[in-house]
Amino acid sequence: MTNVVGSVAAARQDAVLSVRNLSKSFTAKNKAVTSGLQDVSLEAMAAQVTGLVGADGAGKTTLIRIAAGLLSPTSGSVTVLGLDSVAESIKIQSRVGYMPQKFGLYQDLTVAENMTLYADLQGVPVAQRSERYEQLLEMTGLAPFTRRRAGALSGGMKQKLGLACALIKSPRMLLLDEPTVGVDPVSRRELWKIVYKLVATDGIGVLVSTAYLDEAERCDHVVVLHEGALLASGTPDDFKKQMQGKVALVSPAAGEPTRPIYTHLASKNHIVDATIRSGRIRAVADNNAVNVVDDALPTGFAGTVAKAAPNFEDSFMLLIPRKGPQFQANGNQPALEKDIANEDVVVETRSLQKFFGDFEAVKKLSFDVHRGEIFGLLGPNGAGKSTTFRMLCGLLPASAGEIRVAGRDLRRSRAWARSRLGYMAQQFSMYGQLSVTENLGFFGKAYGLDRKRLRQRIDWAFEEFGLTPWADKAAGDLPGGYKQRLAMAAALLHEPEILFLDEPTSGVDPFARREFWLRINSFAQQGVTVIVTTHFMEEAEYCDRMLIMSRGDTLAMGTPAEIRALASTEENREPTIEDAFIALAEGQAGEA
Amino acid sequence: MNSLRRILALIVKEFILILKDPKSRLIVVGPPLIQFFVFGYAATYDLKNVRYAVLDESRGALSRQLLARVEGSDTFELARVLSSEKEIDEVINLEEARILLHIGPDFERNLQGGQPATVQVIADGRNPNVAMVALGYLQNIVGQFNRVLAARGVSSRAGPSLQLVDRAWFNDNLQSRWFMVSALGGVISMVVVMILTSLSVAREREFGTFDQLLVAPFTPGEILLGKSMPGLLFGLMNALIFSAGAVWWFNVPFRGTVSALVLSLLCFIVTMVGMGLLVSSFSMTLQQGLLGAFVVMMPAVVLSGLATPIENMPHWLQTMDLVNPVRYIIVALRRIFLEGADVAMIWPQLWPLLIIAGVTLPSAAWLFRHRTQ
Repeated sequence: MTNVVGSVAAARQDAVLSVRNLSKSFTAKNKAVTSGLQDVSLEAMAAQVTGLVGADGAGKTTLIRIAAGLLSPTSGSVTVLGLDSVAESIKIQSRVGYMPQKFGLYQDLTVAENMTLYADLQGVPVAQRSERYEQLLEMTGLAPFTRRRAGALSGGMKQKLGLACALIKSPRMLLLDEPTVGVDPVSRRELWKIVYKLVATDGIGVLVSTAYLDEAERCDHVVVLHEGALLASGTPDDFKKQMQGKVALVSPAAGEPTRPIYTHLASKNHIVDATIRSGRIRAVADNNAVNVVDDALPTGFAGTVAKAAPNFEDSFMLLIPRKGPQFQANGNQPALEKDIANEDVVVETRSLQKFFGDFEAVKKLSFDVHRGEIFGLLGPNGAGKSTTFRMLCGLLPASAGEIRVAGRDLRRSRAWARSRLGYMAQQFSMYGQLSVTENLGFFGKAYGLDRKRLRQRIDWAFEEFGLTPWADKAAGDLPGGYKQRLAMAAALLHEPEILFLDEPTSGVDPFARREFWLRINSFAQQGVTVIVTTHFMEEAEYCDRMLIMSRGDTLAMGTPAEIRALASTEENREPTIEDAFIALAEGQAGEA
Repeated sequence: MNSLRRILALIVKEFILILKDPKSRLIVVGPPLIQFFVFGYAATYDLKNVRYAVLDESRGALSRQLLARVEGSDTFELARVLSSEKEIDEVINLEEARILLHIGPDFERNLQGGQPATVQVIADGRNPNVAMVALGYLQNIVGQFNRVLAARGVSSRAGPSLQLVDRAWFNDNLQSRWFMVSALGGVISMVVVMILTSLSVAREREFGTFDQLLVAPFTPGEILLGKSMPGLLFGLMNALIFSAGAVWWFNVPFRGTVSALVLSLLCFIVTMVGMGLLVSSFSMTLQQGLLGAFVVMMPAVVLSGLATPIENMPHWLQTMDLVNPVRYIIVALRRIFLEGADVAMIWPQLWPLLIIAGVTLPSAAWLFRHRTQ
């Protein structure tokens, strides 16, 4: 069933990409056929940004790879700039800029050398190069770094260099596959600025896949894919129109805690989505949100409920059918009223410093984390949050200063002291060849669980994380969201007091991200201390307190409300954390 | 108890990882098998089938008798019979033959007349090893022929009054295969151990699982133990299987004690595990680990005395070679197989191995936690 929102414009002359009844299936070694795309038709116009959104496994990457002439369709056709993607793939590749999820930069070549390499590959005439390089370097802000090795660039700069290389031949169309995954908000904005500038000045057509729904909202045209099928397409406004009345904003009364209400609402029927935004709860219902929310709110709620203007994200959450075990936060559990400031300090640092050679990656950092607190470490790529995080876990020695985690410096303390913490790395760090059960068994035993206890905890993990159907699957073959669940299950198997999570939601689709935060919330309510790094700024709302870092220094520290207050201005009375972050980061950039 | 369970879990995991991965399984079986046969059959100094050409201008009974002796030996194989001196250049230059025997027209006459007769031998010096050895064989044949002539009274010249009677101990026929194959167990286990261990830590670092081990309550010693076991077991297994193969397949005598064999292999493999883990702990990626392993293995084999004697190397190199574990196991294995050495006799080879292991293993364990990015 295809639910097309709005009117599909009649095929216009300036379509740069047209996809007709495209299907693609993959045959595995054991002859099992999986369907990647089913009967998808869409068009992308010149001088427009067309967004491709969908959950993990929706077929976004497959579609872009077919358009780039790298895969051949099972049936249907794709025409790019009037050229057939199968018969004329070489021509397409020389006229289209394509940036895959992991752009093939040569890490040991410098910025300039990488650009020259791609210019050679694309056959750009030498005479045109210096002018083109200058343009691209100026646009990407990479001009001061031409002699730096690509491997030594930050994540955001690498993506910009990738984009510059994809643009080296002034393509008439740009294919971007999740260009902003793992990129901090400041760099993300800059990257988009470049894309929009190209669209406006050169009139190129852009097809971009993204997991960020706020990015989709800014596209001219959005296509929603789900499990290989086209679910809807239209302008973001088309989508929003359908959502009138389906979104409510819950403002708790002064002093009333937000998070318990949020967990409560998230578990209710008819409420499709609940998120915390700027200290309020945004709830999406299938119909008449204000009434639904009113009925669902816990007794004694003293705040207000109001209708809210829908955005693209709301409609996306409503569009995509949910399946499989959904995490149900225990809504009946009485919301624990915690006074965190009075709890014991479980993590503390004093004047923590880290030098790499002469470079001071972390500058005299001091902070405390209390028991049962969700503490966020935020900052752009290269701010030193990962370094700080690794020092806290004992994976990296501090150059100076003190660290105490559960009363000890984990680097110097004996091995058993580490058994009180759980750790989930940014990169998937389970053994890919071992099955889910073997992985859990190994990590359980590694933490000294005895046979009986191990059995209990593995059963718990299977149930809690919905891993039962995957028990004997190799961990490396799990879909993205389940990999993350397995990693988290392994980190929680021994019931740690402190949980360290490094970018746990990077590269994970919006559904998995919501589920993840609900889980974290419920663990924190049970008294687990959580330290988490993230560069999704809206996720900072779920933290009790956060530390925003930039260039190894403390930029700000406090509760979400306190951080937001820092950016409150005349024009913007209700800034988001992201606004605050960008204001703070730019303020600092101005000083430097 | 807790610690035991942890170590056991770690060891089981290491074995599952190796056995589940088809590539790792191949490393355990493939290279050892190839090496066993390559070294066993191909790496030999014994000459066989050296091509030679003949220019016999004498064409008498005696010259034919001499040539029959040459032709009758396994060492030489007749490539061409020449009819004039002009062909000599061509036959050597084009490598049709490595050796040329030129018997002059007055060979028979001189011998019958009691005059010394000469046979000219031209050897291809482009491969001096082959030329030298082949000339040695020829000299032997000519010597024997001389004695026969003297006995028959054909030649009036008596044989030399002083004769050298040589006899080689331990390897009566001086078969170089014994020399090679007896030491193979060491080299084969080295390759298996180095590849398995050098990849083990590096792979975990590359895939990010090593951090997960470091934050778990393992001590560096426990990780070291867990990481050592697969290399130790597979290395020892290979070395013992191929030592047995040396005896049953290549008929190399085994004159020493089994306990000496097992003990020396064990000491050697522990040392190599230390080397491999040290390389692995230094490496951040699989590629670096594998490259590192080859950087260690190549000189270790060349300088081990497997093929060329250590005594031939310059002094400074001999001194550096003291830290090369392979040289010790090669001496030990040859002594066990051919000399019949027992544990006491090979002790001088074992303690240097233990010292090297005593340095490399703790360094590797220390690096687990200190080599970070």
